[in-house]
Amino acid sequence: MIGKETAAGRATKFTFLGLWLVFTVFPLYWITVTSLKRPGDIFAFPIAYWPERISLENYRGLFGKADFGVYLTNSLIVATVAGAAATAISMLSAYVLARFEFRTKSALLMAALVTQMIPAFIALGPLYLLMTDLRLVDNRLGLILVYIAVCIPFCTVMLRGFYENIPDALEEAAMIDGLSRLGALFRVLLPVMRPGILAAFIFNFVNCWNELFLAVTLTNSDGNKTIPTALNGFISSFNIDWGSMSAAAVLTILPTMALFAFASRHIVQGLTSGAVKG
Amino acid sequence: MPAASATTEPTAERTSRKRGAPPARGAAPGRRRQFTTRRGLLIAAFMAPAAVFVAVFTYYPMLAGSQMAFRNWKMTDLTDTSWVGLKNFRDIVTDPTWGTVLGNTAVWVLGSIVPQLVIGFALALWLRRRFRFRGVYQALVFFPWAISGFLIGILFRWLFNSEFGVVNDLLQKAGLIDEPVAWLADPHKAMAAVTIANIWYGVTFFAIMLLAALQSIPDELYEAAALDGAGKVRTLFQVTIPYIRVTLVLTVLLRVIWIFNFPDLIFGMTGGGPNNQTHIVTTWMIKITQQGDYGRASALGLIVVAMLLVFALFVLLATREKRGTKA
Repeated sequence: MIGKETAAGRATKFTFLGLWLVFTVFPLYWITVTSLKRPGDIFAFPIAYWPERISLENYRGLFGKADFGVYLTNSLIVATVAGAAATAISMLSAYVLARFEFRTKSALLMAALVTQMIPAFIALGPLYLLMTDLRLVDNRLGLILVYIAVCIPFCTVMLRGFYENIPDALEEAAMIDGLSRLGALFRVLLPVMRPGILAAFIFNFVNCWNELFLAVTLTNSDGNKTIPTALNGFISSFNIDWGSMSAAAVLTILPTMALFAFASRHIVQGLTSGAVKG
Repeated sequence: MPAASATTEPTAERTSRKRGAPPARGAAPGRRRQFTTRRGLLIAAFMAPAAVFVAVFTYYPMLAGSQMAFRNWKMTDLTDTSWVGLKNFRDIVTDPTWGTVLGNTAVWVLGSIVPQLVIGFALALWLRRRFRFRGVYQALVFFPWAISGFLIGILFRWLFNSEFGVVNDLLQKAGLIDEPVAWLADPHKAMAAVTIANIWYGVTFFAIMLLAALQSIPDELYEAAALDGAGKVRTLFQVTIPYIRVTLVLTVLLRVIWIFNFPDLIFGMTGGGPNNQTHIVTTWMIKITQQGDYGRASALGLIVVAMLLVFALFVLLATREKRGTKA
């Protein structure tokens, strides 16, 4: 295979891997520990690497003092709806791009690529004006529509990679058996693609869940804020309340981590087949 | 079966299969022609929703934003939106912050990409061979990916806190510093801190991409290299790296563009402070947008686009090379 490993080589390898693991996990460990300390203990010396008394006070404060429940609900709604809609729309566009040859195809793929390269911020001002005209500013539906548009290009490229991994023969056989092209797509192809579709949805969901700048620009009232916007509000105030902040950070990270862990194999596959190809 | 082999050798096979795809569909030529209109309709209908969304909410604002670059467009006073030629561009280039912003952007991109590549490549090489708990290890190490850049900024802002930060505490315990360092209050140290945070975040991407590329190298190449008596280092430089060269180049180029365009982490960690000294081009652009000067922000945006186009050109050239040589 890749050649024999010497004992020294193994030692170097596992030392390095171990160090990197510590380096990677430590910031996450630290924010969790901070969130579990009592608010006063966070600023106590010497710094405690494990809370003397575990307390959920920071978490209680988040839902009591701040409207974290509202932000959490908003984030869930926006990310789920936008993620699902973008996946459904991209399933169609990716199918066409994977299975047909037509004149505008390379132009369309290029158009998708360009959206990934141009900074979204050039569009922030005009987008705000557009959404004002459409009466969709400070509105969850408005945010959902914009997020769908943001997710579509990469999702299409990712799903196209999954389609291309499925041999044409599968549909051909279904069509010989009397199914129409659409029948073959919906009854044969898409069921086979289920893991890929789920991975694409999770990828979209996580992106929408994490999105900050569009949300900050397009929403302002407390009732419509998503979590990142709320966190940004925590920063803008003069002194950061690190107790609430760390608890909020943990609550933001946990769901996306769980989803990523659940679908990581397929997401990695989608990224590696889709992204580099360009 | 060309379709079956497409899974083992993706790029090369896939393009050749596609070129030959329509005739290979197995239908008689007459039957295909009969379906042409319906086929066109299907393509249009399936592409339409995606195209409409992206056109309305991405391309329209982008183009509208581009013309704002040549106008006086301030949210503070919308009565005067006259054309001002290149004034916004002049304002950017003559702003005292511009030089700092350019320097910071270079530090940010190069300082992030080089360690990310080196560490990511090392991780990928070491993760090639199966070992117990490799799956768990990968999952743990790949986790930063699920976190938003903004939140990572916040995480590291807390780690690098001058009074209660754990970085200072650890460095003091290790005897590397005597006094707590005010990391985020000093421009140079703050740039170093945000870059470290970005390295933490981005290594995963390289590890994922390069591991996938490494796994596509056929074993026979290594067997041949071993027969020739090539050592570890020679094998790395004469077999491994040449084989994945295109992926390496492409990943680096795409990543350069991405990091260039990635203000979230700095925004969360320093907000461009202290005193505008840690702004990169895109965080500065956000600041100008938030101040309501859409004209100037758009001008800066167009400058960014121009810079990225140069990189994009490199990407395209590299892709072309990929299609041409690897077969």
